[in-house]
Amino acid sequence: MQSSLKSNFSPSALQPFSPSIAGSHVRAVHDEFHGDLLEVSMGPHHPSTHGVFRMIVTLDGETIVKLKPVFGYLHRNHEKIGENTTYLASMPYTDRLDYLCSMTNNWAYALAVEKLAGQPVPERAEYVRVILAEITRLLNHTCLAGFLMQDCGCSGTPLMYAFREREYILDLFEALSGSRMMCNYQRFGGCRVDPSSDWLAGAKKLTDRYGAFLDEFEALLTGNEIIMARTQGVGRLSPELAVSAGVTGPMLRATGVNHDLRKVDAYGVYSRFDFRVPLGDHGDVYDRYMIRVLEMRESIRILQQALAGLPAGPIIDPGAKLRGFRPKPGEAYGRIEGPKGEIGFYLISDGTPNPLRYRVRAPSFVNLTVLEDMCLGHTVADAVIILGSVDIVLGEVDR
Amino acid sequence: METLEQLRDRLLARFPGAEVSVVTNPGPAAQHSLLLGPAHARAIALFLRDDPALKLDQCSNVTGVDWPDKQITDTVRTPVLDAAGATVRILEEKTTRLRPGYLEIVYHLYSIALRHGPVILRLRTTNRTDQVTAPSLTPVWRACEFQEREVFDLFGVVFDGHPDLRRILMWPEFKDHPMRKDYVEPDDYEWEPTPHGTVLEKAKGHYPPPAAGPAAKTEELKN
Repeated sequence: MQSSLKSNFSPSALQPFSPSIAGSHVRAVHDEFHGDLLEVSMGPHHPSTHGVFRMIVTLDGETIVKLKPVFGYLHRNHEKIGENTTYLASMPYTDRLDYLCSMTNNWAYALAVEKLAGQPVPERAEYVRVILAEITRLLNHTCLAGFLMQDCGCSGTPLMYAFREREYILDLFEALSGSRMMCNYQRFGGCRVDPSSDWLAGAKKLTDRYGAFLDEFEALLTGNEIIMARTQGVGRLSPELAVSAGVTGPMLRATGVNHDLRKVDAYGVYSRFDFRVPLGDHGDVYDRYMIRVLEMRESIRILQQALAGLPAGPIIDPGAKLRGFRPKPGEAYGRIEGPKGEIGFYLISDGTPNPLRYRVRAPSFVNLTVLEDMCLGHTVADAVIILGSVDIVLGEVDR
Repeated sequence: METLEQLRDRLLARFPGAEVSVVTNPGPAAQHSLLLGPAHARAIALFLRDDPALKLDQCSNVTGVDWPDKQITDTVRTPVLDAAGATVRILEEKTTRLRPGYLEIVYHLYSIALRHGPVILRLRTTNRTDQVTAPSLTPVWRACEFQEREVFDLFGVVFDGHPDLRRILMWPEFKDHPMRKDYVEPDDYEWEPTPHGTVLEKAKGHYPPPAAGPAAKTEELKN
């Protein structure tokens, strides 16, 4: 009985639904498949977004046709807090910007204030700063490579290898500054404590064995077929767009633009060291990974030279003023090559103990400008690794 | 690279009628800047980017500065002389004037191609209240896109010609601009209107009136 009923039923023979009947509350039902665009909110609470970052992704099938990043989940108005406190009191707070690279954040801030106040820095402090900045670069790039592989789907192993090395570096930071991540080590005109000979021996040991770790890490990943298939040609960025969009750091150099502030500005004592700037060709995710690995190898070379040539002398300028520090009215913009790109501080002084304007130029915030351009035409799974290759830390993006 | 004064003269020759002036920085950093008028700002920015001697292809940093109204006291000192020409005393005459406040946008430009910089550009709005428009430089340097959105969000500068001017760090319903000097924090950040506000208001009529507290007792005592 039922089967005959079914065969008699033909939807096209029915009258179409008319919404014009007065008082009718029935809505027309569209049950046919339209193939419309789908809007997906990725994040803010998702492990692949490296924090509380959100992307509103519009998809056609699985292809991204529009991507809008949404910021601000970690916003605490760092700059306003910096303007309501003294110059020195902002120093520990810069640790919280990019919490993987507190040493370079400290240095960028100290450099800007030293420019503002015309404060000289003794040579030994400059060497110690270079040593710490390069160790921070090793730390950041190792972690980034681990996270990127995690995003690619190499679940666990590369990240654990990276974090094993990170612990050795954090032990060094703890021995020197008393804190693993929130180092608060630099001061205006030098550094807070003088590294002991034991500590320098530890840094030498780390430098000597880091090359072997990189060999092991690269043997596992660099030539891996799956990783090459997954990352090559994904998230391409042209050098013209990268320069126009203010992209800096390894992302810019992966597109082939030779721009490294350690060479361009030669701040500190970087002009004394012999090192090369690795450049990429394609500007894709694989190049960004490779640039970071090569930069780590160059960092090891800088570390060897800096540890060998570390001069004796004061670690902080004897004339440096910590209490009652009031720079003369004026302004200064200081920038250094952080592991993520150009980190800069813009300060305006009006002669009072607090800065009138305290601005942080966060590299990963500006680098995210081109996220949509890199992701268009790729799939959702590619957007995850493209975001991973940008290397963002939300403490710095949202400030 | 040419000095900022030479650059200003070159810009004035190239753009007749443009407002270009040098703002000196008295501090030891001596990073002086160019103050541009809004009418020619974008044309000048484009010129700075494309000029073969400058090639300022990277806009590194964009930020705002809030300059509130300020009372400035000018002191004029006039020596009073006696018949012999010696100074008897000095008359001090103080006049106060009000410098009207404005919002300022600062751009730090560098050249990656020629490796020089920074050239610092400044734009100013007419005031801080109703005429807060400034030309957007996002069409010239893409790097301004998010940073100008941030200046709009935190300082309230409206960028003319920005492709996507929305709040970026604060949430869209937020009303004020927190980086302004006269910003006052709300008592409760988390409060937001609920769509059931009217229902909750009506529901109050179904509850007993609040118990007689200390305030009610004092009323009784007065009577």
